[in-house]
Amino acid sequence: MSMTIENKIAAAPATREIKTAPSRFRNQIGAYKIFRSENCIGCGKCASLCPHGVHERFGDSGKMVRPRDYRCRGESCRSEEYFCINKCPAGALALRRNPVYSTLGDYRWTADLILSTWDQAENGHVTNETLESELGASGGGFDKLRFRFPAVPSGVAPSDVDTSLELNRRSDDPAAHKIKIDVPWYGGGMSFGSISDNMMVSRARAATAWNTFTCTGEGGYPELLRPYDDHIITQIATGLFGVREETVQRVKIAEFKYAQGAKPGLGGHLLGDKNTADVARMREAVQGTALFSPFPFHSVYSIEDHKKHVDWIKAMNPRALISAKVAAPSDVDMVAVGCYYAGVHIVHVDGSYGGTGAAPDIAKKNIALPIEYAITRVHNFLADEGVRDEITLIASGGLRNASDIAKAIALGADGVVIGTSDMVAVECIRCGNCESGRGCARGIASTDRELKHLIDIDYATQRLINLYNSYREQLVGIISRLGLRSVAELRGRTDLLMHLDYSKPE
Amino acid sequence: MPGKYHIETKEVPPRTTTVGRFGIIDLYETCARGCRNCVKKKCIYDIHKKEFDFAHSLDRPTEFMNECMNCLMCVQNCTRGALTRTQNPEYTWLGNGYWKPAIIAGIWKMAATAKLPVSGAGYGGPFSGPGFDSMWTDMSEIVRPTRDGIHGREYISTSVDIGGLPSNLEFGPRGELLGEESPVIELPVPFILEVPPLGHISKNVLEAMARAARGMDTLFALDAEDAEEFSEEFAGWLAPRMKNSAIEKHAALIKSVRMVCLEDSPDALDAVARVKAINPGAVVRITLALGDGAEARVVELVEAGAEAIQLSADINGDIVYSDGRVEFIKDAFRRIHSLLVDRCVRDRATLIADGGIAMAEHLAKIIICGADCASLGIPFLVAMECRMCGACSRGVECPVNMSEVPPEDGAWRVMNLAAAWRNQLLEVLGAMGIREARRLRGEFGRAMFREDLERDTFQKIFAGA
Repeated sequence: MSMTIENKIAAAPATREIKTAPSRFRNQIGAYKIFRSENCIGCGKCASLCPHGVHERFGDSGKMVRPRDYRCRGESCRSEEYFCINKCPAGALALRRNPVYSTLGDYRWTADLILSTWDQAENGHVTNETLESELGASGGGFDKLRFRFPAVPSGVAPSDVDTSLELNRRSDDPAAHKIKIDVPWYGGGMSFGSISDNMMVSRARAATAWNTFTCTGEGGYPELLRPYDDHIITQIATGLFGVREETVQRVKIAEFKYAQGAKPGLGGHLLGDKNTADVARMREAVQGTALFSPFPFHSVYSIEDHKKHVDWIKAMNPRALISAKVAAPSDVDMVAVGCYYAGVHIVHVDGSYGGTGAAPDIAKKNIALPIEYAITRVHNFLADEGVRDEITLIASGGLRNASDIAKAIALGADGVVIGTSDMVAVECIRCGNCESGRGCARGIASTDRELKHLIDIDYATQRLINLYNSYREQLVGIISRLGLRSVAELRGRTDLLMHLDYSKPE
Repeated sequence: MPGKYHIETKEVPPRTTTVGRFGIIDLYETCARGCRNCVKKKCIYDIHKKEFDFAHSLDRPTEFMNECMNCLMCVQNCTRGALTRTQNPEYTWLGNGYWKPAIIAGIWKMAATAKLPVSGAGYGGPFSGPGFDSMWTDMSEIVRPTRDGIHGREYISTSVDIGGLPSNLEFGPRGELLGEESPVIELPVPFILEVPPLGHISKNVLEAMARAARGMDTLFALDAEDAEEFSEEFAGWLAPRMKNSAIEKHAALIKSVRMVCLEDSPDALDAVARVKAINPGAVVRITLALGDGAEARVVELVEAGAEAIQLSADINGDIVYSDGRVEFIKDAFRRIHSLLVDRCVRDRATLIADGGIAMAEHLAKIIICGADCASLGIPFLVAMECRMCGACSRGVECPVNMSEVPPEDGAWRVMNLAAAWRNQLLEVLGAMGIREARRLRGEFGRAMFREDLERDTFQKIFAGA
């Protein structure tokens, strides 16, 4: 591969340092719009008043820069001393709800959650408290759960909280890697084909900076990812696209994808349009043809067959951890225990509201269990079988923010996998058009040679690093307020949660 | 290898202006005009280029907006921020509280393209909801009978039977079958078409549905008076609905059709016998409104020999009892199906569900809840561009002019929708590892109901139950 500037950036390690990573768009979307009329005299009063940086004067020119209204707190400012609309000597400012805001988002990812994720990805912390950053509007599952914080401060300092997660808990496999990640999440599988190599490498850089992992998905292991081998999970899915002995040998974790929450029991499907020359080369397929990953693995019809799969990887890479990614059917608890007996280190349950690059709508909505139901089922069943502490339970499928991560862990997961949040961090708006034509118009889920350059590697890396920092901050906040000292202590503590429909008021 | 069933489809664009969800609004006075960097030229979907073409079209000047893919690239990149996206108010008025705008718009899209809806990003709807939204279908993680996933879908059968099966066969000394053979109609799809209880039902609409029924080899239930008109060409696919008193009047029609539909009445079974006297090969369907006493009546009818019973809820799938209680159709079917199973008479009659089936998933779910098949009217009317606006019921002119639906195109749109639904049914069946729609019937175990999940999960944890 030729060493372009882009490749050099891709190979340069990133650090956890928080740097502001503003939107890549000229008009960042916010909840409000500020209009400045011709009456503006350019006095700069608004710029001196606004603590959120909405207004800025262009040097001493007497001209104002177009308001950065995505930072505006809107009506919540009205009672403040610095409310620009009232203080403008020329009456030149007007405040309106942004009409785009009301068209943005859905029940699961509300407009507020999207905007808040952007805020966190830009700044590395939650800076806009007027946006609801913890709850969606789905009316069930995580959105009905709340933490029971003690009324008196716990006395645990946030700096004392340990957020690390040990991925290998098996006592019967001493030869396997011991891997501890610094945050209790890693990135979900997204293939080269569903997303661009720029996006993949950005995720890998962010994962490396935070000492966690990202997953290749099914679709090969681009050379650009080589510097990040120790933080990559290579996925082996039913189509075996891009799976080679050599790629299995270079990683510390290999993941079998048995099913995906968004389309359980259906397999994968890369539409012909997205199978570009680069993708086809990587997948050893013919350009422009639709690529199917069938369901299921034709080599696996039982847990014994699954054991053969694990042995196969172990033969190639004896120290590798094996993860089994499964969807959530009604017998997911049984499947998880079977995974344990087959020798996997990580059982990754993907709930039905999880993300995807393309899936039939009927499957996304209806097939298999939402993750909220699946976690407790699997956690309790593993405990009843006496193997809970021998396996790592990872939950995914519709976790949107730090609060969801904490709730999933309190319900019984050891850690989680996030995917959609990564996409939203680089300004995905969940329009759902990832799958067709040239792919994502915003350059995220596209391998189109032109569109992929809409994502700058440094920008995307920094946005992800910032988001992870914000997630960790909030997670530490929740854990310390609960009086706990680690993520491990939070696991399975449903007594620290309450459910709006069932818990009795205190 | 047996021939594979396949619904023919043909792309048929809408006749009238469709109603899109969003519109991109141009604040023209903010536009810099001379800007050489216009974002409209950069739209990867070329929507804005169509703006010019459509501007010259007198009947649909705003049509291009409905093709907008909502990526917001133009809105976010315009130098002057002159573009914005807004909700189309007309979209929110579509349908009613049950037939949501997204359902109607989805049907239109499927009817035009015959494609099953596929999209990226995870499900964005509510966690669960009333009616069919309170159940999920199961999947089979590893072991599955179809064994071939997405490539095996073509081997999944969606056929169902209408008619009663005897509980056992009796043979004579020479091995000959004793007793009368009861007629059974095999439908390749688990639904029949039916004239819906609302909408502007023009002659063209009826002809389109009859053509579609023939095209898919299913049945079309319509009033006998209308059926007379089409009987010459479509008799094999018509299922005339008639009053008991009119049976003899329509004798010629009855002789030519495979199914006859009657309303439930105290002498319903006598009426069935009268139809059978005219055409012993016809299956007779008795339609019964769900509600007070329906359960007992179904048992009574089945035990007395009724072979096909259609159970109707209202168009939203609701059943209102005299004590004010409202039940959803799926719950009524679960109860009635279980009752018939308990009495060992379930296979003696076909149960047809009517009401509230608005999406392909509803079809799969009502079958899981115990229906053999469904009778569908409104979805196919919407496929022909009905907006469910109710103008016809108020005597106002139909905004989409349903009387002018070209029967050929209307039939294609109906078949497109049916093909898209059938494809979705195959997805669900495939995920469950079930090879036949017949076997899906009453498989409560292959579904997960919210009340059970909540009880076993959150209620158990948080209410200590």
